[in-house]
Amino acid sequence: MEPILDVKNLTMDFGGIRALDHLSLQIKPGEIVALIGPNGAGKTTFFNCITGIYKPTKGDLLLNPPGKKTKKLNGLKPNKVTEQGLARTFQNIRLFPNMTVLENVMIGRHCRTKSKIFGAIFRDPRTKKEEKEIVEQSLEILKKINLDKMADEYAKNLPYGAQRRLEIARALATEPIVLLLDEPAAGMNPQETQELDELITKIRDEGLAILLIEHDMKLVMNISDHIFVVDYGKKIAEGSPEEIGKNPDVIKAYLGEDI
Amino acid sequence: MLSFKDFRNGLMVTLWFVFLTFPLLVIKINPIEKSVVWRWHNMLYVACGTFVFYVLSRLYLARKKEQQQKIKTGIVEDKVAWSAKLFSEPKFYIPIAVAGCLFALAFPTLFSTYQVNIMITALMYVVLGLGLNIVVGVAGLLDLGYVAFYAVGAYAYALLNMHFGLGFWTVLPIGGLLGALFGILLGFPVLRLRGDYLAIVTLGFGEIIRLILENWGEFSQGPSGISNIARPGLFGIDLSLEMSINFMYYLTILMVIFTIFVVNRLQDSRIGRAWFALREDEIACQAMGIDKMKTKLTAFALGATWAGMAGVMFAAKTTFVNPASFTFLESAIILCIVVLGGMGSIPGVIVGALVLILLPEYLRAFSDYRMLVFGAILVIMMIFRPQGIISTVRRTYSLKD
Ligand SMILES: Nc1ncnc2c1ncn2[C@@H]1O[C@H](COP(=O)(O)OP(=O)(O)OP(=O)(O)O)[C@@H](O)[C@H]1O
Ligand SMILES: [Mg+2]
Repeated sequence: MEPILDVKNLTMDFGGIRALDHLSLQIKPGEIVALIGPNGAGKTTFFNCITGIYKPTKGDLLLNPPGKKTKKLNGLKPNKVTEQGLARTFQNIRLFPNMTVLENVMIGRHCRTKSKIFGAIFRDPRTKKEEKEIVEQSLEILKKINLDKMADEYAKNLPYGAQRRLEIARALATEPIVLLLDEPAAGMNPQETQELDELITKIRDEGLAILLIEHDMKLVMNISDHIFVVDYGKKIAEGSPEEIGKNPDVIKAYLGEDI
Repeated sequence: MLSFKDFRNGLMVTLWFVFLTFPLLVIKINPIEKSVVWRWHNMLYVACGTFVFYVLSRLYLARKKEQQQKIKTGIVEDKVAWSAKLFSEPKFYIPIAVAGCLFALAFPTLFSTYQVNIMITALMYVVLGLGLNIVVGVAGLLDLGYVAFYAVGAYAYALLNMHFGLGFWTVLPIGGLLGALFGILLGFPVLRLRGDYLAIVTLGFGEIIRLILENWGEFSQGPSGISNIARPGLFGIDLSLEMSINFMYYLTILMVIFTIFVVNRLQDSRIGRAWFALREDEIACQAMGIDKMKTKLTAFALGATWAGMAGVMFAAKTTFVNPASFTFLESAIILCIVVLGGMGSIPGVIVGALVLILLPEYLRAFSDYRMLVFGAILVIMMIFRPQGIISTVRRTYSLKD
């Protein structure tokens, strides 16, 4: 099957440091793909490169939206990348702390809605309808991640785990075709992680492709269809969870030489 | 609750204040008699006053901190701020608004022309504050050259009136459009800058406009300014001076209402949310698909539109403009209105403008110390209520319908 997101030879230099070194990665439709590697391996940098926050030094980013023709994402601004259908969460939570939970999700609807200044001032029927839809759809998404009871709370007042889920909700509101999650389980207790596991699987079952950076190996091994392992910006292995679990290079990168 | 250290610091602060105010309040030189009067009693007042104020402020801050600690650990519930309650429930804010409107309508019949004039000025600052509030309070773009757009509007009316005889009503929208145009022209190159850098560039822009007006004599008549600008007409009726001031007053009230209406609707819309989100986190905003440049530019241009219209009104009110009305101090005052009133809060900015413009007027009783008192109030406000007089409350969407 043709990959939905095809990253070819992505290279990123920061001055003299090569954070990513000819990294290639494919995600097929409906797959959960995990990107793992030790701290500082370049995983977050990879996300920043494909979402347009950093301009990669080299490499190609191709998106194949189902039923449409291939789009090249190189050099697009972050908001354009999101419009094309890539949405992400952040490792160090970046919600809008002084907006309500619902408003955070409503911001996600921004790029799929249209009303302009004129509509805002005159509130014509179209704008009103759109506004109503934004609220309804956002509530719908909040229900899905079980945060609808907190809709009117300020985002900064949410517990940590809920903030991480809200980031996912906000990303979902942009109607992505590929969802990028940067360490969604960080700081979660085992029960929250279990719920997250179910949530990610559910999102996949609705037809999204998911790329997941995660340190929680149990979660990764549990839900991934395919795993890529990076170290020092280079891909050192890829394969199914079983293959990766047995791969000596991976064990060495993670646990050092001794084992 | 207070430790020994607090008292020691209090003593130091007191000493420092005594030292600072010594030349001003203690020594009095009489150059004619060539004598020096030592007013030692003033020193005592300053010392006692400072010490008591310091200790009280410490007590207050300590209590506030303790309260916050308790809220964090969940011992006590977070109180909803009175301002939040006041402005989120119709049963509270509608009577206030009605009373405010009635008072505003009756104002010219209740007070002298002098008072009405002061009120017009204050209301114009309400409009300016609400305009800048879009830029600084909502979108978080620190603009220190806001007065430039105000000048554009004022000179647009002055010049168009002088050369082409255009009337107030024609120029009002033109002034707004010109403001927006200048906003876009300036915003386009500088809005990629952030925070302090943006502040400095806009500050420079404000000065450039003023300097051009001052030095380009053929265009703007230089420092001597343009006089005899027509007052706004009312269907060609001849108005006496007092009547035309009252007319101007009602016009300004209309303008304020119009501004509140528009700004309120803008804030509570798709664009307004994007502005606010942009102030919160730019990178997250972009990752959510918001075009950073476009969104900032609309905020900047809309803010400038209001400055432009306020400028036209200013020129019509004073019937005279010159560059001295558009100094940096003006930008600073408007910024103070927004910050002191409460960033992003419409009632806050209104109260802020009224307080900041009316207070110095009514403090004239303190004559020499008027500006000192004014400055002290600003400093105290920022220490005890950094979020402004009335802080913003995000609207909630009813979950029932
Ligand atoms: N803006 C930047 N400028 C310079 N170096 C950077 C920048 N961003 C990342 N790096 C470097 O790139 C390398 C990869 O960092 P990155 O944050 O991508 O690691 P990571 O795999 O996400 O690690 P972690 O698991 O700790 O999140 C690090 O050595 C880091 O110092
Ligand atoms: Mg990382």
